[in-house]
Formats: sequence, C-alpha cells, structure tokens
Amino acid sequence: MAEYAHPEVLVSTEWVAAHAKDPNVRIAEVDVDTKAYEEGHVPGAIGWAWNTQLCDTVRRDILSQQQFEELMSASGVTPETTLVIYGDNNNWFAAWAFWQAKIYGHSDVRLMNGGRKKWLAEGRELSTDVPSVQRTTYRAKLADLSLRAFLPQVQEASARHAAALVDVRSPQEFTGEILAPPGLPETCQRGGHIPGARNIPWGKACNDDGTFKSAEELRKLYGSEGVDGSKPVIAYCRIGERSSHTWFVLKYLLGFDKATNYDGSWTEWGNLVGAPVERGAAAGAARG
Amino acid sequence: MKAEEYQEQRFEVAGWPVNVSTYRLGNQWHAKADNVSPGAALCRTTGATRDEAEKKALQRAEELLGKTRRHPV
Repeated sequence: MAEYAHPEVLVSTEWVAAHAKDPNVRIAEVDVDTKAYEEGHVPGAIGWAWNTQLCDTVRRDILSQQQFEELMSASGVTPETTLVIYGDNNNWFAAWAFWQAKIYGHSDVRLMNGGRKKWLAEGRELSTDVPSVQRTTYRAKLADLSLRAFLPQVQEASARHAAALVDVRSPQEFTGEILAPPGLPETCQRGGHIPGARNIPWGKACNDDGTFKSAEELRKLYGSEGVDGSKPVIAYCRIGERSSHTWFVLKYLLGFDKATNYDGSWTEWGNLVGAPVERGAAAGAARG
Repeated sequence: MKAEEYQEQRFEVAGWPVNVSTYRLGNQWHAKADNVSPGAALCRTTGATRDEAEKKALQRAEELLGKTRRHPV
C-alpha cells in the first residue's frame, strides 16, 4: 500500500484480524444491505445502518455535528480511537461513513481493503455477537465542507469547467438508458448526466477481490479521462455513496487534495427543474 | 464461525448480468445477488443447500430486474 499517497488510511484483512480487539481500535461494519451484519461480522465489530444512523432521517442530509457526536459516543469512539470501517459492495457505504468521519475531523479513520467480501472469501472468523461498548463523550470538529460539493459548485463546474466532474455510475445510468441501477427503485425524473461529466464507474478502481487497484493503475484510469489532480474534481453518483468510494480513491490513494463528493448526486440534479442534462455518451474529449 | 466454500458465479437474469456469491455458515447456505454493473446488492437469501439459496436469490433478482425500465437514448 506504500505507493498510495496516504497509505495509512487502508488496512488489510490480516491487520484487522490481528488488531480488532485492541483497546484503541474500533471496527465498524456498514453495509448496503443492513441485514448482512446480523448474519455474521468481524468479531468485535459494531454495525452502523447507513439509512438510519449515517444520515439525517428527516431532511435529506448527512449527519449533523451533533448527530455524528452521538453516533461516535454511543459507539465508544473517542477522538483518539483508530476507527476502521468496512462493508459490503467493496466498501460503498463504508466509504460514505469514512467521508463523514473526515468531514467531522476524526483523525485516524481507515478502510479495510477488500471489505466484507474479502473477509468472507478468506474464510476468516465471523461473529453474531453484538459487542457491548462503553459510551464516550465525543466532541467532533466543525464540519470541513471542503470535502463536500454542493449544487452551486457543481453548476459552476458544469458551466465553466472549473472542476472535473466524474460520474461514477454505470454506463447505462450515465447515458440515460436506465434511471437507477438495475433492480433498484428509480429516484429521478430524468436520465442522463451532468453536462461535461466523464463516466468512470466506481468499480473500475477495484480488483476482483474487492481491494483497490495499484496507484499506477488508478492514475492511468483517471488520467485517461483527463482527471489528473491538476484542478479540482467532483465525484457524483446517484445518492452519494458510490461517489464517496471514488472520492476516497482520488483524495487518499492518488492524493488529489481538491477532490470533493457531491452527495446530492443524480437524485438532486436529475430532479431539478430546468437543469441542463446531457444524454448518451460523454460529449467530446476531457476538457483541460 | 467462518464462511466456508465461498464462490461467485455469473448469470443472466431478465436480460441483466447478475453475480451470485454463495457460502456456508455452519449448516446454513447463504446467497447474495448483485447486479454486476454497478454492483448493487439485490437480495440475500438462505437455504439448506447451495442450490436452494442460489435459486431463491435468482428468483428474487428476476422479480426486481424485471421491473427495470430501459429508455431510448
């Protein structure tokens, strides 16, 4: 992992097996399918549900600072805790949790490379016990919104090409052939993509075993679409979790400091009245 | 407890590629189906055998994927 810009944010399944019960380490599983944790998880891991514990359940938003503090406190996390997150779908929502932890300034947060899939495939120990944790009083930092893109920034990026837009959805979602991943509910009124966006599906950053590709492979992948870190880059998908995975790759594995996640994503843009929409393949070559 | 005999297999269901991972936890077989591109989880099922868990997953995947609308581009 040493070739990555910030290798300290990744741990292997071997590392987790050896350190899961260290007193200063807290392991958390976050899955797309919240039943996966109950089936069996890394011994000692707590489970967070993305749809109730990692978002505001009333308005569409990430956790507030207070809500984040409550989640960390209830999870026995202190600002000094090494927080290791993993989950299914090659860490989709684990990356979503990682992104929020960074927004609220948690210094030592890491992803388990390969996620739940690799842990299972390696035949590692699983537990159905929910660990009891000692509550803490966690104080988060003020939200670092430089990690998050909002609609006006995305509109500016699309209109003036001030930032690269990376659409990490599948090619069929990108072109507008489908309005949601196959088999999932449609959450937008229109299909297509934000004008100027390049389509680099999130999964291209992963190997078959769920681990991240090498830094060299990742540089080639994004560089071939004109995304080389020379200007800000905004990742988006449908609701912001796949793009948090790509944001993690761009910011921490490739070291693109001005990478942001547009969690409004296509569910926001594809429902906006009057928003420009491009359909079909990406128009033209990557803009410089 | 460990996941044993982990295996992934590709199918085509309702015109879409589907990846089904299966494994055994104790006496029970588990299956998880995803839609390959983009890899979103569709369902999780269980069964007394690998075949049973896999068949249930494919049936549920077919129900879900059959509802997916394709739009002209």
